[in-house]
Amino acid sequence: MRYLPLTQPDRDAMLRVIGAPDIDALFADVPEAARLAAPIAGLPMHSPEMQVERALAAMAGRNLTAGTVPFFVGGGAYKHHVPASVDHLIQRGEFLTSYTPYQPEIAQGTLQVLFEFQTQVARLLGMEVANASMYDGSTAMTEAVFMARRVTRRAKALVSAGVHPHYVAVLNTLTRFTDDEVVTAKPALASGKPGDDLDSLIAGIDGRTSCVVVQNPNVLGHIADLKPLADACHAAGALLIVVVTEVVSLGAVASPGEMGADIVVGEGQSIGNGLNFGGPYLGLFATREKFVRQMPGRLCGETVDADGKRGFVLTLSTREQHIRREKATSNICTNSGLCALAFSIHLTLLGELGLRKLAMLNHARAVQLAERLGRIPGVELVTTQFFNEFTLRLPVEARPVIRKLAERQVLGGISLGRLYPGVAALENGMIVAVTETATDADFDAFEDALDEVLA
Amino acid sequence: MMNNQGRVTRIAASDAAVETFTGNRALMLEEPLLFERGSLENCGVDLPDVPVVQDRLAGLGRARVIGLPALSEPETVRHYTRLSRQNYGIDLGIFPLGSCTMKHNPRLNEKMARLPGFADIHPLQPQATVQGALQLIDTLATWLKTLTGMPEVAMSPKAGAHGELCGMLAIRAALEARGDARSVVLVPESAHGTNPATAAFCGYAVENIPANARGRVDVDALLARLGPDVAAVMITNPNTCGLFEPDMIAICEAVHAAGGFVYCDGANFNAIVGRVRPGDLGIDAMHINLHKTFSTPHGGGGPGSGPVVFSAALAPFAPLPFIRKVKDGFELVEEMQARQSKDHDRSFGRMVAFHGQMGMFVRALAYMMSHGADGLRLVAEDAVLNANYILASLKDVFTAPFAHTGPCMHEALFSDDFLDGTGLTTLDFAKAMIDEGFHPMTMYFPLVVHGAMLVEPTETESKASLDQLVGALRSLAARMLEAPDAFRTSPHMAPRRRLDETAAARKPVLGYRDAA
Amino acid sequence: MTLYFTTDHEWLNVEGDTATVGITDYAQGQLGDVVFVEVPAPGTVVAKGKEAAVVESVKAASDVYSPVSGTVTEANAALEADPALVNTAAEGDGWFFKLTLSDKTELDGLMDVAAYRALVAAL
Repeated sequence: MRYLPLTQPDRDAMLRVIGAPDIDALFADVPEAARLAAPIAGLPMHSPEMQVERALAAMAGRNLTAGTVPFFVGGGAYKHHVPASVDHLIQRGEFLTSYTPYQPEIAQGTLQVLFEFQTQVARLLGMEVANASMYDGSTAMTEAVFMARRVTRRAKALVSAGVHPHYVAVLNTLTRFTDDEVVTAKPALASGKPGDDLDSLIAGIDGRTSCVVVQNPNVLGHIADLKPLADACHAAGALLIVVVTEVVSLGAVASPGEMGADIVVGEGQSIGNGLNFGGPYLGLFATREKFVRQMPGRLCGETVDADGKRGFVLTLSTREQHIRREKATSNICTNSGLCALAFSIHLTLLGELGLRKLAMLNHARAVQLAERLGRIPGVELVTTQFFNEFTLRLPVEARPVIRKLAERQVLGGISLGRLYPGVAALENGMIVAVTETATDADFDAFEDALDEVLA
Repeated sequence: MMNNQGRVTRIAASDAAVETFTGNRALMLEEPLLFERGSLENCGVDLPDVPVVQDRLAGLGRARVIGLPALSEPETVRHYTRLSRQNYGIDLGIFPLGSCTMKHNPRLNEKMARLPGFADIHPLQPQATVQGALQLIDTLATWLKTLTGMPEVAMSPKAGAHGELCGMLAIRAALEARGDARSVVLVPESAHGTNPATAAFCGYAVENIPANARGRVDVDALLARLGPDVAAVMITNPNTCGLFEPDMIAICEAVHAAGGFVYCDGANFNAIVGRVRPGDLGIDAMHINLHKTFSTPHGGGGPGSGPVVFSAALAPFAPLPFIRKVKDGFELVEEMQARQSKDHDRSFGRMVAFHGQMGMFVRALAYMMSHGADGLRLVAEDAVLNANYILASLKDVFTAPFAHTGPCMHEALFSDDFLDGTGLTTLDFAKAMIDEGFHPMTMYFPLVVHGAMLVEPTETESKASLDQLVGALRSLAARMLEAPDAFRTSPHMAPRRRLDETAAARKPVLGYRDAA
Repeated sequence: MTLYFTTDHEWLNVEGDTATVGITDYAQGQLGDVVFVEVPAPGTVVAKGKEAAVVESVKAASDVYSPVSGTVTEANAALEADPALVNTAAEGDGWFFKLTLSDKTELDGLMDVAAYRALVAAL
């Protein structure tokens, strides 16, 4: 077996050193009833590398790959071009095969990357401090709600109808057995401002409200000014949590921090990370400095070594589960280190100029396509202020339309019927995302296919 | 004439303290921060021109400078390459971190995960366009269920602790479904810190169960504490002392008889894979760290993946989404409303935005298919053999508190008794290992042993590698007893000396601040 | 004024109806370098034996239980900027909070200096 270095003579010699007659003797503590005498039945035996490669390539070949067709799917995961150097660098063995940097003397590479990552994330989100990552945007949002509860000592979260329904579902799951109260609603497909419920959120804030959670751009692509909401939260002693699922937008749209957010969470997949059918992704988490000790997750901080040289360490770890155990701020342990590295490298390549240009390119292309599709008879462009994603109202139910587009080799977006099954008022809605990867030919193909399917 | 240009003819006497202008030391290169090196005017990507349109940002454009410096591509490659060289990794040498299972990461797995058919598909594409991806997840699920002897598996949890949460939520949901309000979760004192944190997150009070003198759960204390208020027992098996819990079957039976559930922390499944099916022991739920047992890379702290296997009693409560076979392929069941399957009618809900760690699934399946049922059995055997070899080779130098009870499983546990009188600690010993070119073992865990040192070699170390580690540890122990002072400030040769963690925590500096 | 001690290594200095609470020098030695102290806000009602403050070192975080019941009147603001005061002056400037006692009979179960020093000496 190619991954196992021991030879049979090695094994025999080692058993002699141990003083055990055979391998079975080392498993003597296993109860008789649970000992397996032979390899488990029903699974194949070992395979040469090329055979594994062939079998997996066959499965991969059955999927319609985003890069091979006109592609307009978003909804919390976005297809952006990732420079080749990103994937090359994250595969360096000293990054790929290293552990959580508990031994800082031999982990300065990972630690400096995390320090740079935290700085980049904090600046991007417009906040003061960011942690070293969470699992994904949805779990980061849930952790933010729990953090707001610790800070305010209140337990009622108002969640905007514009928050991704899967994120809300995760929050509902994790608050099911706590005494947190989550108040939310389904979005309305209102022309011009779909999913925008800022007024009713403001009206709903009371003395028991720990936080208000909004997404910007929201799940239907709409962008809003959150300043009035932030003011209303602060007047009532509640925190404003802002979720960003498309972080490239922050190169074009005012940051949540600038609009008054207290905690900003995000899905960082858009930068440096591929679609990967939903994971691994990268949860971003940032807040104000005064709340740092209530923040979940790992943190890297600057210090000096015994010779006075600058270095970095994991710090404030007493908030974490390996020390505080049942009193930890979170049970999160392994996070998304390598995805954070990819994010940081890509953002280093982009920088201020690149990110802003990338964002404006996404926006301009989305505006072009939105206006084209909005001219198809029977199709209405519902989202009028957006970044790179917008919602259309089709004259018919969108879910079968998406399927028919796929049959024509166009991945045209997400039907609201899939995100909100059983909600009749939303079933004609379709979310379309446009990134820098879509060409004019892709636009033509999409428009033609949609025309054809709706005809 | 003989060409001897550039040839060294004589080696000069050693002069240790050479200072350099750059601060570099030959191949050990210092690297400034991105924020000191980069520029807001630079850019490492070329993008097409932006078409001119009337924007639809509604006056919400980002006006202020964000503060993101860039590096060109060559500078970027150099920045991260230099940083990488300040890290230790499995590719460089043994990483004997007990409980963390740092084994070789096969590169075939990386190659497979990057096939566009897996890496470049969107989680919300129409299901007809991702049948191969659903097939891969279903295939991996079948492997996990077969290897554990459990009827159901939830694939979406993103790491071990997330898997624990998934398992405990299912237990809570199952208890509530039968109207049984229980308030306490029992956790052995040797447990991973995530166990009590998870139980508390699910609203349970945590009570510790002591360990016995043999490093196992004190079964009498456990049985005595069972009662109508105990929702679950969380047990790590093999446990964090690297020992198998021989009374596991009896424990499970007793917990079930008292109306509770058994959660097994599967962090150490690599010790028994292919030799024991946890389902045969009677457990109800167990997470599997794909990044430990099934060799997906740790990546400096994730991403992980923590699928959870369930017993028949908990299967109906497993989270969404899940995959099932249908007439002509696979269906991903995402929503409660869409459910028709009777066996999932009481799902406790969704744990992540999409379907879990697909990239990790591909890697883990590539690893499993490579090993096969026979190879995975050998994985456990070699892992246990290597750990026992370490135990046998060191127990005359270090105190091995539980060696008298028989062989260990995949990790060997020692205490720091041998340092008594030197004024040195486990930490000093670990830091001295760094100068010898090793990553230290796990220290001060489990908590049940004073100054614990937990060594997990894994099955991917050769005998020569183990012999070198043993030789180095024996030599260090001898030298530390002889002349302890030399070791109080180890390491001396790493990229950094010991770092001031007190200063870091008292005045946290968590990001770069531009000079005013 | 009278000095009392608890078996959890807290001290309290009682003057009339008010008491100043902190952790003992022995406790700070066990914790190591203190990096953060969370003290209760004035007005907080604390109960005997319940969590009132948190003290963190690099490697440990410990809850500080209030040795008596009462209402917090003042928290030591200096600890926020300089948590090391707990290491350098645990039984002086490193005090945690002051409270108004709600039940002076609770003092009966506490130790005096001699008893506490004997307890520590035996550890």
